[in-house]
Formats: sequence, structure tokens, C-alpha cells
Amino acid sequence: MKTLLKLIAVAAAFGMAPALAVTPDAPPGTTDAPGAQAMAQTPRDAISANSQAKPAQPEEFNKPAANLQEPSNQQVLASSAAESATGAVVGQPESDAYGFQPQVTPIGQEALWFHNKILMPLITIISLFVLALLLFVVIRFRRSAHPVPSRTTHNTFLEVVWTLVPVLILVGIAVPSIRLLAHQYNPPKADITVKATGNQWYWTYSYPDHGDFEIVSNGLKDEDAAKRGEPRLLAVDERMVVPQGAVVKVIVTSADVIHSWGVPAFWAKIDAVPGRLNETWFKVDRPGVYYGQCFELCGARHAYMPIAVEVLPPAQFAAWVASKGGTMPGATPAKGPDSTAASPITNPAPQPGQPTPGGPEATPKPTLTPGTATPAATNQAAETTRGN
Amino acid sequence: MTDTTANAAHFEAQGAHAAHHDADHKPGFFARWFMSTNHKDIGTLYLIFAIVAGIIGGTISGLMRTELAEPGIQYLQAWAGAGATADEASHLWNVLITAHGLIMVFFMVMPAMIGGFGNWFVPLMIGAPDMAFPRMNNISFWLLVPAFLLLLGSAFVPGGTGNGAGVGWTVYAPLSTSGSSGPAVDMAIFSLHLAGASSILGAINFITTIFNMRAPGMTLHKMPLFVWSILVTVFLLLLALPVLAGAITMLLTDRNFGTHFFDASGGGDPVLYQHLFWFFGHPEVYIMILPGFGMISQVIATFSRKPVFGYLGMAYAMVAIGVIGFVVWAHHMFTVGMDVNTKMYFTAATMVIAVPTGIKIFSWIATMWGGSLTFETPMMWALGFIFMFTVGGVTGVVLANGGIDNNVHDTYYVVAHFHYVLSLGAVFSLFAGFYYWFGKMSGRMYNELLGQLHFWGFFIGVNLLFFPMHFLGMQGMQRRVPNYADAYAGWNEVASWGFYILAGSMAFFFINVLWSFLAGRKAPDNYWGEGATTLEWTLSSPPPFHQFETLPRID
Repeated sequence: MKTLLKLIAVAAAFGMAPALAVTPDAPPGTTDAPGAQAMAQTPRDAISANSQAKPAQPEEFNKPAANLQEPSNQQVLASSAAESATGAVVGQPESDAYGFQPQVTPIGQEALWFHNKILMPLITIISLFVLALLLFVVIRFRRSAHPVPSRTTHNTFLEVVWTLVPVLILVGIAVPSIRLLAHQYNPPKADITVKATGNQWYWTYSYPDHGDFEIVSNGLKDEDAAKRGEPRLLAVDERMVVPQGAVVKVIVTSADVIHSWGVPAFWAKIDAVPGRLNETWFKVDRPGVYYGQCFELCGARHAYMPIAVEVLPPAQFAAWVASKGGTMPGATPAKGPDSTAASPITNPAPQPGQPTPGGPEATPKPTLTPGTATPAATNQAAETTRGN
Repeated sequence: MTDTTANAAHFEAQGAHAAHHDADHKPGFFARWFMSTNHKDIGTLYLIFAIVAGIIGGTISGLMRTELAEPGIQYLQAWAGAGATADEASHLWNVLITAHGLIMVFFMVMPAMIGGFGNWFVPLMIGAPDMAFPRMNNISFWLLVPAFLLLLGSAFVPGGTGNGAGVGWTVYAPLSTSGSSGPAVDMAIFSLHLAGASSILGAINFITTIFNMRAPGMTLHKMPLFVWSILVTVFLLLLALPVLAGAITMLLTDRNFGTHFFDASGGGDPVLYQHLFWFFGHPEVYIMILPGFGMISQVIATFSRKPVFGYLGMAYAMVAIGVIGFVVWAHHMFTVGMDVNTKMYFTAATMVIAVPTGIKIFSWIATMWGGSLTFETPMMWALGFIFMFTVGGVTGVVLANGGIDNNVHDTYYVVAHFHYVLSLGAVFSLFAGFYYWFGKMSGRMYNELLGQLHFWGFFIGVNLLFFPMHFLGMQGMQRRVPNYADAYAGWNEVASWGFYILAGSMAFFFINVLWSFLAGRKAPDNYWGEGATTLEWTLSSPPPFHQFETLPRID
């Protein structure tokens, strides 16, 4: 029995050790996010936007020519290897790490603080407390030390305590938790809007505020990612590019099955549901490349539809927009040399005969992006390409 | 049993059969095992079925962990067969995860807990001769066999990109409707229909049995906690499964008859399916763990040699968990795009479940407090259960926060969480129950050394397997992928080693079962001694074919 007890102790210690290790090495967390962040939801009466994207295969997306007029590509090499001041890898997973990725958005920092400073210590203490009680009971009340069992089966005071204390703890958790949710759902005014559409198995991004051009973002093959010095299975050929410091509203939908658009370093994740326009937002001050993936099982190549968001200084962003044939809001339309290569998405008008689930409300909602001339993602006639 | 007057005919009849105990008269092999109306035999069938399904489901996890041990695709292409495209190989992965989930939930844990231990011990513990509807009991089991065959068979017919249903155990539309052509998904849906019908019939049977067939004097508040746990569980089954049946029937008509329940282009809503599925799915996770709670209570009380602490609190904590379990489903869908108030509600409601769960954890510890503890194999599993379930429970509190779930949703953090409560919760309680009652069921004692080796190997293995998954999830590794970024390689390798240790420990289990049947010492009636106070310990081991022909009286 003695050896057994020792074994229990060893095993328990083993079970706990990793839990201790999880204790936060938090990057500087903000205790409050004054700017308040949000993840607002778009009207559910909206119907899926019509994706005109070419059904691109990853293999096809490898043209070296793409490098020519993409300011982003040089930036990439510099920024993908970028490390934060603390030496931690930012924007992508780190080998053998045991915490969250460093957070670069105000929401991410608030959530990280909540997790690392409140939840993690709390659950570690609770687990250790239960473990300590178990070990104490196992040692103190083993048969050789305590041969005659008591018959106690009630203790009203204790039962009230272990009901009320957890209630109080949970109320304590609920306060910052609800506050975090409120911040996520209360975004500042968006500076730019990007519409991300999930497809089997790539993402397309369109920029309704910038001439509504569209880019198709395919995952890179392993060799190509290695060539570019980017992480395997996370690198893409055409990144979603946004300006530094801007509040970016991401409208997310899907052209086929459900996908999920998520970037761990932004603490942002939202499902791409056909027939819905979901919305999330982020604001990143630090230029760089931030990787994510599709997070909802979407068929065979679910593992192969990465997301890469590149944050560029505003001037470079404007150059990038121009290179894609887009226009900056307020600027005179400057036709890029190869605007046909990334042709703006066409918006077919809703056909009268077509059932629009949104009913009469399925009209553009300019309020989605106050301050910009172009309505954000508007409802378009659904085109059913599925039929099997 | 209506004829209670002793008359000559009665005694003569008994005398004539004295040579082979009347109560122990068994039918021939085929009639006994294929047309059974005996709750113990049907329970045994369920347990054998669950072990077979567990071997298949566990083998699939072995395949997955082997592939995931290193980044990149190593074996999947070969498993998919010569000439398979890369997409077909990736589809095979989705078939594996789908099969693993469905098999473990519907064909391993549920049959073992409710069908196996429930059938065996509910009638024994309440002093009933059998279940209320013995023939329905039989059909419940035999519906499960074709259900399982349909699911296994679905792996060999086209399912879209390749053979088999690669839609995940949640079968989300539209991947499961327009996203997967071919009969595989239809077969999987039929499989769920049959398994669901089997469970609903079983639930009706248990409710009737527990409400109407308790021995005289056994009030509801005197029932053993295992019976309470089964009672709550079967109510959850009865209320939740019809919703699943409806949802997957709608999938079926969307797939085959041109309806648009879940098709946005026809005015339907894919998210509706998720609401329906999780309205079933969340109670389902309590269906899988509540009978485990009951078994752990019996085991802890037995080896503490002390009655359960706070019996009423324990019973009604389970009722509370069952009730709250029905109003928290959307925490599985925090990222579908819910409005903020809904998310706040589901955050708060979900956290409430921690309260009755905490009551149970502390009551188990209080049961041991002041007891006289010994550490036979069932007790080791129970102790392991309490701690591991606590770890799985606290990560549940983390996930309950909608704002936190936003980052870890559909990552390995979630995988770690639910394997801590299921693979280290439900499965630990299953093993606790198995070792606890093995002698009672088989008449042979298991080998204590092999049992301890099994426990320690399994305990170390599952922790190595699932604890690193928390880290992977926090770093952003998504679920359900055969290939992952290189940064995730380290912890994945550790996890795979954990699986190999776990698999190795299972050898002790199977050797133990074989050894017990061949060479185990005969089990006495009550081999656990003073702590084992429920009615099954008053019977022989194994109990007579028909027990309690004279009903026991509970004071």
C-alpha cells in the first residue's frame, strides 16, 4: 500500500506539473481596452454574396510574376521573420510554446489578460486544491492509518459553503467575461472594410471601400513556402493586406460549406456561413504578417486553406491597393497597369424572380461603413452552384 | 409471484426441478444470446459490443495519432490505397475523425454505460427481477448492431471526395448535404437513426423499470446513486434524441428530396442545423458522463467503507446538471455569429453548471474523509477520475467564456477539454465500474496486479496524450487536420507517445480479462466487504439467471 501511495503522489505530481507550467508569461496585457472592441453581427437576413472567384487550385498559384508589383512581398520576407521585443514569435505559432500567441489587438490583449491573470491562476488553484484534498484524504484516511470509518454523511455548513463559494467565484469570472464580450461587440468606427469569402478550399478577399477589387488567396505548396521563407501550411500566395493602425471590419461569408476565418494573434475568429454575412474586426498597430487557418471542417483540404493578414504602413497599403487595380477612398480612380489581372468583382443586380430570403430588406445597408462612399458588403443575388 | 400461498402443487413443482435450480434455468445458446429477454445477458451483450466498438474506435485514434506524430503526411496516402489522389487521402482523414467520434460516443460509451452497466445493475440495485419490458430491451440491443454495421459500411461507399462520410461527428450542413454526394453520409445518418431509436426504447424501459419496479421500501430517495444517475440520463436521452432524429431527418430530405431546411439559397439556414444538433449534443455529453458519476459514487463509498456524503445533494446535483444541460447548447457555437446578448446568456448559463459539478467533486472527497480507504483497482480509477474530471471541468469554465472561446474555438484546446472529461472522465468511470463489478458479472476475480498496471499505464498515457493538446490549442492549432504547421510538431509528438503508452496499457486489460476467465479465483457474493452495501452484493456471483423471485424488503 505504501508504494501505491507513493505512486499516486508521483502520478499526481506528473499530472499537475504541466498545469503549473501553463501559468502565464503574459505579454504586457492591458487591463482595459478603452477603444472597446467588437465583433458585431451582421443582419442575418443577408444572403451569401456571389463568389465569382476562379476555382483556383493551389498548384496553379505559383507564378513568380506575382512578385513584381507586390510591395507586400518584400515586406513579407522582412516581417515574417519579425520578432517582438521580447523575442517571442509574433503572428504565428511557436515551437513547444505552452501559452497563447502574443496578442497584437486591443481585444486580444484584454482577453489574454483575462485568461492569464484571472482564469489561469484560478483554475490552477482549484485543480491544486482538489489534488491536495485528494492526497490528504488518501494518506490520512488509508485503512492502515484509520481502520474504523466514521459514519458522517452530512454537514450542512460544508455543503452550503461548497455551493456558495463556487457561485461567488463564477460571478467574479462573469464580470470581466461579460465586459470582454461587450468590448468585442462594440467596435470603433471602421476605417476599412474587407470582405472575406470562404471557398473550398481558399479564401477570397474583396475591398469594397477601394474599388471593390478582389484577390484570391491560396495556400502555398510546401516548397514554395520554404522558398519564400514562410511557415509551411500557413503561407499564402496573396495575402489579405490592411493598413497599420486602422480599424478593419471583416465581413465573412462562404460560397459553399461552412468555413471559419480566424487569426489567433488577433483573438478573432468568425464562421463563414453561406447565406450570412458575419462580422468581426481588428486593429493592429504593428506591421507584420499574421497567420491563421480555416477553423471549421470544410472537406478534404480543410488543413490547406491558411489565412495570412499583412499589416502595412498606410503609404505602402495605398501602393498595394493601386497595384491591385483598386482605388483609395477619396482619391481619383487610378487605373493600375494590369487592373484586368485582378478584375473587380462584378455585382449582378438581384433578379426579380429570384427568391431573396432577406425579403425587401435585402438592400445595401450603407450604415455598415459610415464614412466611406461605397457600401460594404451588400446583398447580392444568390447563385446556387451546388446542386448535387 | 402472485401465488404466495404455500400449497402442495407449488412445492411439488419446485421439487421436480430441484436438480437444476429453477432460478438458474438457462435457454440454449442461440435462444439465450440472440433472443434474450434477460437483463443480465443483454447487459453482457452490450458490454461485449462496447468493447468491440472501443477496439475499433481506439484503433482509429491510433491511426490518427500515428499520422499526427510528425508534421506532413506520412501514412495517410498509403492507407487511402494505391492510386488515391491527395484529396482522397485527406478525405480519408475526415472519415477517420468522423468514425472515431461517432463510434466512441454512440457505440462505445453509451452502450457500455447505459446498455451494459445500466442493464446489469439497475434491476439488481432496485431489487427487481428484470427490466420492465424485457423484449424491448432485446430490440434495443439488436438495433445497435445494424446501426454499427451501417456506420462501418459507410466507409466503403462514395461520400463525396472519396469513400466514407467525412463530415465530422457533428454532421454540419451544408458540408453534409450539398458538400458530400454519394450514399456514405446517408448511411451514417441511418446509422444514427437506428442508434437513436435503440436509445429511446432503452430510455423508456429504464424509466418504467425505475419508477415501477423498485423493491418494497425502496423509495426514490433510497435508491443507490448509480440508479439515480441512470434515471437522469435516460430522461436526457428521451428528451434530446428526438431532436437529433428530427435534425438528421431534415439533413436526409435536404440531401435527397430537394428540401432546403439548411440551404441558404433556398431560404434555409445552416445555423439552424447547429442549434438542433447541439440541443441534442450538449445533453448528450451529460448522457455520457452522468452514469459515470453514479458508478464513481458507488466505488468511492465502497472503498471508503462509508455511505456517500450528502446523498440528496449528490442526487439532485445530477438532476440540476441534467436540467441546466438543456439550456446551454449554443456555447458550442460561439463563433457562428450570435448577437452579444445571446452570447452573454450562454456564457453565464454554462458557468452555472460548474456549481452542481463542484458539489459532486467535493461530496466525493467528503465521502472519503473519515473513511477507511483501500486502493484496489476500481478505487484507483475513481481517484483518477475525480482529479482528471476536475482538470477537464476547469478548462470547461475557461471555454464557457464566449470572449475566450473566440480564440480557442475549434482548436486542440477544445479537443483536450472534452477528452479530459470523456476519455479521462467517462472512460475512467467505465473502467472503475468494470473492475468493480467484473467479479459480480463473471463470477471470477480479476488480477489485481494487472489491474494496477493497466491503471497506471493508462493514466500516464492519457495525460501525456491530452495535456499537450491544451498548448497546441492555445497556439492556434485547428481541429480535424491531418497536417499541421511545423511549430506544432513538438507537442504532437509527445501526444502520440502518450497514445502508444495508453495502447500498451490496454494489453494489461485484455490479458486481465482472459486471465480472469481462465484462472481467476471464484468470486464470493460480496467480495468488497463491508463497504459494498447495495443489493447486488446480497446475490451470488454471478447472480442467478432470475433473481429476486421473492422481492427483497428495504427498511
